[in-house]
Amino acid sequence: MNDRILAVEGVSKRFGGLQAVREASLTVDTGRITAVIGPNGAGKTTLFALISGFQSPSAGRILYKGADVTGMPAHRLAMQGMARTFQIVQPFAGLTVLENIAVGAHLHIAGRAAALAAAEEIAELVDLGSVLQQSAATLTVAGRKRLELARALATSPKLLLLDEVLAGLNPSEIRDMLPIIRAIRERGVTIMMIEHVMQAVMSLAEHIYVLAEGHVIAQGSPAAIVADPRVIEAYLGAGAAARLAGGAHGR
Amino acid sequence: MNGRGFFPIVAVVAVLACIPLVIDSNVVLNFLVTALLLTLAGQGWNILGGYGGQYSFGHAAFFGTGAYATAILQTRYGLNAWPAFAAGIVAGAGIGAAIGALTFRSGLRGSYFALVTLAFAEVLRIIASVAPITGAGVGLLIKLDVGAQTLQFASRAGFYWLILALVAIALVITRLIEQSRFGARLVAVRENEDAARALGVDANSVKLGAITLSAAMAAAAGCFYAQYFLFIDASIAYGPAISVEALLAPIIGGVGTVFGPLLGALLIKTLGEGAKFLTGDVPGLDLVVYGVVLIVVVAFAPRGFASVVAGFRAGLAPPRKPGAGVRAT
Repeated sequence: MNDRILAVEGVSKRFGGLQAVREASLTVDTGRITAVIGPNGAGKTTLFALISGFQSPSAGRILYKGADVTGMPAHRLAMQGMARTFQIVQPFAGLTVLENIAVGAHLHIAGRAAALAAAEEIAELVDLGSVLQQSAATLTVAGRKRLELARALATSPKLLLLDEVLAGLNPSEIRDMLPIIRAIRERGVTIMMIEHVMQAVMSLAEHIYVLAEGHVIAQGSPAAIVADPRVIEAYLGAGAAARLAGGAHGR
Repeated sequence: MNGRGFFPIVAVVAVLACIPLVIDSNVVLNFLVTALLLTLAGQGWNILGGYGGQYSFGHAAFFGTGAYATAILQTRYGLNAWPAFAAGIVAGAGIGAAIGALTFRSGLRGSYFALVTLAFAEVLRIIASVAPITGAGVGLLIKLDVGAQTLQFASRAGFYWLILALVAIALVITRLIEQSRFGARLVAVRENEDAARALGVDANSVKLGAITLSAAMAAAAGCFYAQYFLFIDASIAYGPAISVEALLAPIIGGVGTVFGPLLGALLIKTLGEGAKFLTGDVPGLDLVVYGVVLIVVVAFAPRGFASVVAGFRAGLAPPRKPGAGVRAT
């Protein structure tokens, strides 16, 4: 099972009357970039919360590196090499950029000086090297997204869950971010990302899952996904695929 | 561990240690002893509240447990004062760990945590005011027996140096925390618990460690109180006054800073005693002064007095943004 770092098997999550995730199943292959896309409210972030141990699934199980980790608390999963970022950035606002990243580095490094040194190295990787001593609260949105990434990366993860790290960035900021994400993959980190910016998903992801109303409705390569009528309908409504095809003919 | 950052502690403690050699006034020494006593309790609160962001309203629970444990072991079981003192610290830490385990495991944060700690302190106060072992309403009187081996010093200076030594230890521990992984995690939990958990921080065990250490310091202050005044009762040991003072000192001095509690304790004790002196000991006036000082500090220096001092030191440069306290002082 070495080629599959993560397997989600029939996982469901219910919040009272709301079924956020229904029997979702997916796998993430080691060393690849896998994307999860879907309309707003599809349950993507809930799925991430279930995988990363912030929520427990109502049903189903989650296998990480072949072992059942369903319901394991977040900090223990992080110990085992699973890191995540948050869609709504969660900086330690009162700390400097360097101190923020050092908290991640401390996961495997006990000494303060060594952790700060490791944090500095990671900061360079994500282009935060020039603002190390700045308070995290002063960062721009793009800076905060990078900080999220840097902190997660500082834990030396095997699997990195990225929850919309490109959302809210302008096109040039997105262009700057793509090589950073690729560079992380080159370091041997498997990446699973939730993303709305389709252009980025198309250029980064090797495999895509489409989530709608808590279901996995489609999966495949980027090229296959954009052509899939079920995906178009999930985004634009029933019959949209046919209308789009018809409209194209009409012109 | 580098030596940097310990020089200010050594310097401040050295200066304070010389005071009894120069000033022979019992009034002054008594004032300084009570201020340092408050510093110790406040430093305890600061570990949990200032660095960990868990605002306790019930540090009297730890202070009182330390005081009662020391007093009971001496009066009821004839234990020597020194081991009794140590046992008091351990007992306070134990109560801290127990309250921490109960509250943090049930996920109580913010004002809920504050209310529950207040409730624990009140419950202990009521138990202490009726239980026979604590002397119930009468309180406990430790027998006067002056001598170093009974931890009762003939001069105020002896007590002064003892409490100063305890404060020095607390300052060094606080600085060590700042420079450690535990400290980094504690501050991370204060700033954002979910983000900390995502980075592999076991938030509950970090908070548990903090409350245990915090309680040990407050308990040490309680042990000293019992030894210094040789009398405690339920409303002194477990009363809300000590809980309030223990949080006022660091908040006024500067939360999450090494010297915040010391600065705050000196400030509020000076103003409190000064007001009493000027008005001829009007009861409760010190509390009015505390209230006024708190309002002024919250309005004009929300990061405490230490940030004002740091601002002057930095050549009138503006103090760093809120929460940057890890480096401040």
